[in-house]
Amino acid sequence: MAALLELSSVSKSFAGLKAVQDVSFSVPEGSIVALIGPNGAGKTTCFNLVAGVYRPDAGEVKLGGARIDGWRSDQICRAGVGRTFQLVKPFAGLTVMENVIVGALNATAGVREARQKAGEVIEQLGLGPKLDHMASSLTLPERKRLEVARALATGPKILLLDEVMAGLRPTEMDHMVAVLRELNARLGLTILLIEHVMRAVMALSAQVIVLHHGEVIASGPPAQVTRDPAVLECYLGEEAV
Amino acid sequence: MREILLGGVPRRGLVLLSILLALLVALPIVVNDYLITVLILILYFAYVGQAWNLMMGFAGQLSLGHALYVGLGAYAAAALYVHYGVSPWIGLGASIAISAAAGAIIGFLAFRFGVSGVYFAILTIAFAEFARIGFDHWSWVGGSAGFFLPVANYTRSDLWNLRGSPTMFYYLMLAMTVAAFVLCHLLLRARVGYYWLAIRESPEAAQALGINIFRYKMYAVVLSAAMTSLGGVVFAFYYNNLFPEQVFHISRSIELILGPIIGGIGTLFGPIVGAFVLTALAESLGEIMHAFGIDIPGIKQVFYGVCLLVVVMFLPDGIWPPLSKALGLDGKRIQGGDKPGKSDTGGGG
Repeated sequence: MAALLELSSVSKSFAGLKAVQDVSFSVPEGSIVALIGPNGAGKTTCFNLVAGVYRPDAGEVKLGGARIDGWRSDQICRAGVGRTFQLVKPFAGLTVMENVIVGALNATAGVREARQKAGEVIEQLGLGPKLDHMASSLTLPERKRLEVARALATGPKILLLDEVMAGLRPTEMDHMVAVLRELNARLGLTILLIEHVMRAVMALSAQVIVLHHGEVIASGPPAQVTRDPAVLECYLGEEAV
Repeated sequence: MREILLGGVPRRGLVLLSILLALLVALPIVVNDYLITVLILILYFAYVGQAWNLMMGFAGQLSLGHALYVGLGAYAAAALYVHYGVSPWIGLGASIAISAAAGAIIGFLAFRFGVSGVYFAILTIAFAEFARIGFDHWSWVGGSAGFFLPVANYTRSDLWNLRGSPTMFYYLMLAMTVAAFVLCHLLLRARVGYYWLAIRESPEAAQALGINIFRYKMYAVVLSAAMTSLGGVVFAFYYNNLFPEQVFHISRSIELILGPIIGGIGTLFGPIVGAFVLTALAESLGEIMHAFGIDIPGIKQVFYGVCLLVVVMFLPDGIWPPLSKALGLDGKRIQGGDKPGKSDTGGGG
């Protein structure tokens, strides 16, 4: 499988704090890859480097073989990267439908077509009954689903999901896992997710990348990574190994 | 076309809107000259309020210097008419071009260098103040002594040169207000409208969804400036005199935004409802005081302040959102939840 997204030796510092150091990994087309690590490991910074919120200090980010580092986030979205925010950012004063239409307009010719596409995506994520509700009236789990719906509506090649399982009840999580799996299987959508909930990571991803202090300390299939002493050490402390 | 214009508008709203429009068209037949002048003022504020609302209510960019665009539009068309005898219908081309350019400069400086929120508002004030001081010293347009259009008693209305009776100005302002309303209604249903609302609600999320926020914010500023300048053209030819100290003054910028704030920011009817309520109440207050022989300078400003206070305290979304609900025009948007949405974006007919 060819790499759809590729990071090579990417680094980013904030006022002397090295948030991401020399990180390299690739996400094969059609795969689901999880990015895990303790708090402050640099996962969200990695996302923001890919999505164009920050420009890397060094290194390259490639999408489908073409460099995208240094691009603005709207250009990166149009190139095929959809992302959600860890702290959800719904358009609170708009309805669920209108929220998703904004995303769908990225990949459609006009509002009419966008409305149709938005309707499909909303159904897919089980937000159908909330269609005309204001986003401000949604519960947190619903807002997370709206966040995914909006990103998905932009018609991405790769979806970056930042902790979309956090705060979900087990049944809601199972639903989200099922939705993501189906998108991956049916549309061949590539997914890179940041996740703390190991149950979801195990259920979804074929490959796991572990970040610690801004560096990749392990990568591989989930079962293998979770037995890696370095990973156990950073998560549970040295004594636990 | 029918679908684009009317799709999704409740039937009831269309009926009410038609009645209102018919009423406004018929009004000059029954009311006296004084009331016509009040109505012109109301429509003027409804029009420029709509133009300001496009930028603030839709795209979320706060301008406190819209008097700049009124003034530039007014001076450009008036100067061309007085100095070269150019019809205001041609002069308005210059007005639009100059105001749009001013808006583009302010927008570029602000949005390219990340000036936003309060700092953006201050930048808009600064430019209006530059203009005020600049025009005060520009003798070609009369400087601080004022710039005057020739006034005569016109026996018939000359629409081409905008010389004529208040009734002519009334219908002109009415046509402009309706046109601005229809334009905003159409914009809200187009890509650009959705993008503006997204930018207003969350610029980061909007950009992550592929929206070039710099470009769309520029569209909003330039369009709003151009629309406002047309109000300035009519202002100049209606009042026949322009003083930099008045036209560009910050109190003019504030006066212009009170209508949409009181009526409901981000709604299509807010600027119109706000202009009606505010101007009608202020004028009747003046009349009542006059009838009782009381004359207190600045009472209108105090009254505006009280109105603003009451609305902010009791109707934080403005008059229109609860009013549209009461009239059954708020469509099917479901508020629910703990906190209501910041604004009802164009709901209802």
